[in-house]
Amino acid sequence: MSAVQDAAAGGPYEPAWAGLRKVGLPRPGVALAVAFFALVCLAAAFPGLFAHAPDRVDPALALRGPMKGHPLGTDQLGRDVLARLVFGARPSLLVGVGSTLLAGVAGAAWGLFSALGGRVAGEAAMRLADVLLSFPAVLMALLVVAVLGPGTRNAALAITVALAPGFARVVRAQALVVRGSPYVRAAVGLGLAPARILLRHIAPNVVAPLLILATVNVGTALIAGASLSFLGLGPRPPAPEWGAMLAQSRDYLDVSWTLALFPGAAITLTVLSATVAGRALQARYEGREVR
Amino acid sequence: MSGDHPSAPLLEVAGLSVGFATRRGVVPAVRDVDLSLRAGECLAVVGESGSGKSVTARALLGLAGAGARVTARTLTFEGRDLRTLGGGQWRRLRGRRIGYVLQDALTSLDPLRRVGLEVAEALEVHGLARRDDLDDQVIRLLAEAGVPDPHVRFLQYPHELSGGLRQRALIASAIAAEPALLIADEPTTALDVTVQAQVLGLLEERRRRGTALLLISHDLAVVARLAGQIAVLFAGLVVERGPAAALLASPAHPYTADLLAAVPVLDGPDNPGGGPVRGLPIVRTGPAAATGCPYAPRCALADDRCRSEPPPPVSYGEDGQDGQDRMVRCFHPGRARPATASRAPAAPARVTDHAVVSVRGVTKRYRSPDGSWRTAVGDVSFDLRAGEALGLVGESGSGKSTTARIVLAEIVPDAGTVLLDGEPWSGLRERDRRPRRSRIQLVDQDPLSSFDPRFTVERVVGEAVPGRMPRRRRRERVAALLGRVGLDPALLDRVPARLSGGQRQRVAIARALAPGPEVIVCDEPVSALDVTVQAQILALLAELRREAGVALLFISHDLGVVRQVCDRVAVMKDGRLVETGAVADVFRAPRAAYTAELLAAVPRIDAGRTAGALPHAALNLEAP
Repeated sequence: MSAVQDAAAGGPYEPAWAGLRKVGLPRPGVALAVAFFALVCLAAAFPGLFAHAPDRVDPALALRGPMKGHPLGTDQLGRDVLARLVFGARPSLLVGVGSTLLAGVAGAAWGLFSALGGRVAGEAAMRLADVLLSFPAVLMALLVVAVLGPGTRNAALAITVALAPGFARVVRAQALVVRGSPYVRAAVGLGLAPARILLRHIAPNVVAPLLILATVNVGTALIAGASLSFLGLGPRPPAPEWGAMLAQSRDYLDVSWTLALFPGAAITLTVLSATVAGRALQARYEGREVR
Repeated sequence: MSGDHPSAPLLEVAGLSVGFATRRGVVPAVRDVDLSLRAGECLAVVGESGSGKSVTARALLGLAGAGARVTARTLTFEGRDLRTLGGGQWRRLRGRRIGYVLQDALTSLDPLRRVGLEVAEALEVHGLARRDDLDDQVIRLLAEAGVPDPHVRFLQYPHELSGGLRQRALIASAIAAEPALLIADEPTTALDVTVQAQVLGLLEERRRRGTALLLISHDLAVVARLAGQIAVLFAGLVVERGPAAALLASPAHPYTADLLAAVPVLDGPDNPGGGPVRGLPIVRTGPAAATGCPYAPRCALADDRCRSEPPPPVSYGEDGQDGQDRMVRCFHPGRARPATASRAPAAPARVTDHAVVSVRGVTKRYRSPDGSWRTAVGDVSFDLRAGEALGLVGESGSGKSTTARIVLAEIVPDAGTVLLDGEPWSGLRERDRRPRRSRIQLVDQDPLSSFDPRFTVERVVGEAVPGRMPRRRRRERVAALLGRVGLDPALLDRVPARLSGGQRQRVAIARALAPGPEVIVCDEPVSALDVTVQAQILALLAELRREAGVALLFISHDLGVVRQVCDRVAVMKDGRLVETGAVADVFRAPRAAYTAELLAAVPRIDAGRTAGALPHAALNLEAP
């Protein structure tokens, strides 16, 4: 540490690790994960780049394995599996990423309120979070879908409800730390208004760890989304979606095992890459936090 | 000196260099260090943070680290060549023959293990105790290390012990195996003066019994009492080495002279409100000064030769009067004069009788975990007059900081009131107090944590500039404030984490000045800084007080520091004021026994005490 202090006066002499960090080359596994996740996102945004006509039925070519023209084979109606996977990326990601974003926003507001909104209200908000957290996430989501009815939007909402209390806890803990920190003390000492301190100092310093948690949670949300549609509670049938594709493939496992393989692999790899990328981001952030 | 084998030193180091491999090549941390230590001797290695003190110590323990390149011409301990040791051999040496006492006793002790176990481990690892009498041995060791009630303490956990007791437990584990050499790295830095005096006494006791002591510190006053030899390290280079008494009496290297001048003194002429050294610019160390003398950028004597060629080590002094050479790396040895000599007498600060802060019978109690009430501050009353600097002195836990927080209205007292300019302050509702908060500002011990980690210097200080204004104008105001505290406006866009400790404290002072306060509360503002930087910050505070007419409530455990800055001093013990008075009176003739005790415990540079062989050489900093 002492070396840092002297080096800190500036100029060419910096701590040894500063250079390494600046170059910041990620490990190959992380690079691969990021690349794959980016590809999935690209497919979700512009499916037309990769494939066409996910709904074109060709009964003559039903349940084939990989072949020319259908690199990943066809399903029970002769639809191209690759095209359906590519077009299925959007609803799958929408549920996973969308619900995480929503849960992040809701959880942040919830957590900040609980940390700063006074003792009684804060405790009440946290006990509510405890109650919600005592249900497993998927069970919670099932309950919400049971009330709201199936569909992409409702599935996303269901997962939001399942994830938000967890985010609220993290935000509350961080907000309590930041609120007691000397720099907030200093801001109070300057006579700044509470709203200004909240916006300028507390919220921004709470957001960073929340973003990290959200990134790591995308994988969980993706799985939860796929599980819901696997159970038939996600997007309605003709729309391509990975969890639903996996569910349908169960009936034809003895005829065409590749039908289950590819959507399963798509879910697994996407969750894996999202988690690996999130963890890498987390490690990077925590490393930089060392003061 | 007192060695049994004058011809065979216990530890012999020559040409020790340690570098750390980085992407930009090897960065040297320690360069060409020569040391030699005999049984029963104490060698002190002194220097500021980053000078390579700790790296030197760790290299002697084989703990320099993974990226470190350690080279030496000679590196022998008890006749063995340390350069050839393997990991297992090092482990048998560490703890067994070389004991190591670290600075931070809380983090150096395992929080999950009882203190006794920590000490016992040292015995067990080296096979020095049988299971059945292990406890007795541990208790004996703790008693030897000056731990009261050792049979109770050895069953306690580190968090149940005070800082001083933890440090003693750490020393007990370091001396468990009766090592021939004890390396103590800043063993008293975080401790109160009275505890510091006890720990130093304990180390002195070990030395007298024949243990060689390598003492590492940034504070010359701390080592002056123990050290027979002192090596002054700067930028990894021993710039001066010699017998402690001679070196302290007549420093040869300008850096040693500056270090000495920076030590706050309790005796000597009164110098109210004036720092002893001029505001030296903070200059970075490191390979930038690799050409020429590393100290040249900070040295008043530096000439072109100093900047172009490194000064070779030369011997210095009165023909080795005690048989030991003094070495110095300087082209102008012995010519340095402390900067105080040339300092013009400053105009006294304008102090009026008007009490800007009145503390009236303030009490604050806290509930202990066992349900009993503990009085943190009990019935404390004092006035802080406009333009005055009032020192609040006491040991940790005496209620100084709680008092400060009450004055800042961060906490509300259980009883009593605080008035600001004769108007209610502590009794106000926060909403009514907020507009007036800018009148009392705080400068903290740890400035970095008081800055929002995402903020640049410009935003940190800019936030404290009152009123709405365009960004350009605010930036100009901040730049002007930085200029007032002696910082380069080029630092505006820097993040505080990338500033040095002294620079950070200057930013904190700039922020405190920004709203134009009447009072600045300084809570241990220099206790985390090196002595040279500390002297600069104190001088800055004294100067700003005169210029801006701000009253200072200056909280410190360091009496020397208080004497340098303050007009009056209030001494606290166990939450109560035991003495209040003018600094000169209190320091010359303390009325309370506790004040006298505190004063007696402060380490002083008194060259005559260190080596009996030398004539008493009294040190007078103001007229060397």
